[in-house]
Amino acid sequence: MLNKIYDWIDERLDVTPIWRDIADHEVPEHVNPAHHFSAFVYCFGGLTFFVVVIQILSGMFLTMYYVPDIENAWESVRYLQTEVAHGQIVRGMHHWGASVVIVMIFLHTLRVFFQGAYKKPRELNWVVGVLLFFVILGLGFTGYLLPWDNKAFFATQVGLEIAESVPFIGTEIKTLLAGDPTIVGAQTLTRFFAIHVFFLPAVLFGLLAAHFIMIRRQGISGPL
Amino acid sequence: MSNKKNNQVSRRQFLNYTLTGVGGFMGAALIAPMVGFAVDPLLKGEKSGDFVYVLDVDEITETPQKVSFQVDQTDGWYESKVEKNAFVFYDSNGDILALSPVCTHLGCTVDWATEKEDEFFCPCHDGRYNAEGENIAGTPPTEPLHEYTFKVEEGKLYLSPETHARGGA
Repeated sequence: MLNKIYDWIDERLDVTPIWRDIADHEVPEHVNPAHHFSAFVYCFGGLTFFVVVIQILSGMFLTMYYVPDIENAWESVRYLQTEVAHGQIVRGMHHWGASVVIVMIFLHTLRVFFQGAYKKPRELNWVVGVLLFFVILGLGFTGYLLPWDNKAFFATQVGLEIAESVPFIGTEIKTLLAGDPTIVGAQTLTRFFAIHVFFLPAVLFGLLAAHFIMIRRQGISGPL
Repeated sequence: MSNKKNNQVSRRQFLNYTLTGVGGFMGAALIAPMVGFAVDPLLKGEKSGDFVYVLDVDEITETPQKVSFQVDQTDGWYESKVEKNAFVFYDSNGDILALSPVCTHLGCTVDWATEKEDEFFCPCHDGRYNAEGENIAGTPPTEPLHEYTFKVEEGKLYLSPETHARGGA
């Protein structure tokens, strides 16, 4: 049945070459943990992506209940976590996943660094990878405020003070982030929400595409 | 290892099946809680509200009176008091009727004696109901105005926030 549907579509649109190009390629022996167990270090990039996918999915579902408003944010989080079916699991995935992404991206970076895999011709992919790291940190920073509890508030307070310590333009950066020169409040929350769910994910998708296109184009760096 | 028997599952097929099976199971385990999370409003069901005092029985007349009452509403994390309206009157049999002002066509709000005397009228699509709240043939509503469940205690009329369709029309 599925095969027939696939054939019907393929006959008209010739999709086989497209997915072959994306998915059907050999895994070199030196990156296959079945050959050399130590090759598991090559999994960290894929694992980072896997957890990012979980973050995107669980985040999409969380916004069904979450409101980025100082009156309702905390209550909506309490409601979705304690009264909605599986709320604790879905928010748990997003909460713990956020930390796991940082750990995985860090391990992935370590592997690339210590294997020297960033060297010519892969310098550009390293640059994109570092940008991805910053985007992930930005997602972590902006997401931390959203539950609007004490920890979130003061963590953001501290983060904004750090941003303010930038020479010359520090105050402007802080105001731009917080939406107000002195208050961490209603405008900060909506800004962080917008950055967290629209702006940074958009940048993330673009960079991820570049990251993957480059690795397919150049292949995984050879054995040590 | 070997392919002595032709209809045996090949190693490649076996690995394919196991991988798809395990992968599918993991994917399902990942997605299932999120789906449950999203369909939670369907799982919650409806909550019934408490009866609210609206007016004394000796104030009820033959002509519909618009009475308003407040009910507690819990909308997810948001709790509020919502104002509801009812048209209360004695019908031709001398029974109390407490009608909902929600038009049975598409949910707009009807009013009494605005367009014509002795009729309920809905401004959205010119829906009309007679003095008993029964829909007038040839106008959009398909059934009479719904009625509130009510109770009378010590000469006071109490309404429940729920409405139900009226039997017969």
